[in-house]
Amino acid sequence: MTARVGVVLFPGSNCEHDVVEAVEALGAEAEIVWHGAGALPDVDAVVLPGGFAHGDYLRPGAVARFSPVMGAVRDFADGGGPVIGICNGFQVLTEAGLLPGALQKNSGLKFLCTMVNVRVETTNSILTSAAHGGQVLRIPINHFEGNYTCPADTLAELRDQDRVVLRYVDNPNGSTDSIAGVCNEGRNVVGLMPHPERASDALLGSEDGRILLRSLLAHVPALR
Amino acid sequence: MSTFEVLVEVRLRPGIADPEGATVERALPALGFAGVRGVRMGKAIRFEVEAAGEDDARRTAEELCRRLLTNPVIEDAVIEVWPPPPSPEGVR
Repeated sequence: MTARVGVVLFPGSNCEHDVVEAVEALGAEAEIVWHGAGALPDVDAVVLPGGFAHGDYLRPGAVARFSPVMGAVRDFADGGGPVIGICNGFQVLTEAGLLPGALQKNSGLKFLCTMVNVRVETTNSILTSAAHGGQVLRIPINHFEGNYTCPADTLAELRDQDRVVLRYVDNPNGSTDSIAGVCNEGRNVVGLMPHPERASDALLGSEDGRILLRSLLAHVPALR
Repeated sequence: MSTFEVLVEVRLRPGIADPEGATVERALPALGFAGVRGVRMGKAIRFEVEAAGEDDARRTAEELCRRLLTNPVIEDAVIEVWPPPPSPEGVR
């Protein structure tokens, strides 16, 4: 059956249509979900896209975590539903406490918009199950606050539990341990700074993002 | 109930890298400010709280900091609370 993906639109999101295009190109159906919705429509996966939710005021994701839809996203994640946060979506997930750590200003204080190489560090997550361990993917980043930061005990836990999903090959932003993406304990919530939807067609310079999005779509519950 | 003024200083926790503060600090010698060290960037947030007393106002501010104004992973806050200025009945 066709997978249905809910793409959350916050005021200030700006990558929602790219995500819709990318997952539709892989044969899924996609629906944009307004942040004010109290419930999610009937979807198999949820994507929090990139952008500047609520203007990124106070801190990226700080206000978005209180958007009405986030209660439903939390319930969906708690029930094992696949949820990914891309870039600003990753920031929202950390602020909401669905993922550990925080994303700080890039160490070089530059907004980075460039293609990077990221290495798949574990295939045991809803976003990397279709990749090979150690596979290097070319995917663009586009952020000012992508410098992943967490306390030492959290980092130890992430490493011990194999929850660092992606690492930069050349750390562009000062991220702790070159982390580009992490997952929760259930491995069904993943946040990453690179934009797989922008690497979903050869015309965009890379198709490597499709490997990640295909993994996500492969995790639709078997009952559909 | 009275209106208390609150000033919250949001700071990066000690040990959290502060590239913005470091950049400002690096610019200082060129301006002749030798001997200025430890520059840390933060945010100042002002607001008013209706509360029965200063302790109440502080508790509200602390809760607000915990839930919204700071990200406890990387930030903490210093809270200052001022009681309402003495004023004749009915003026405020």
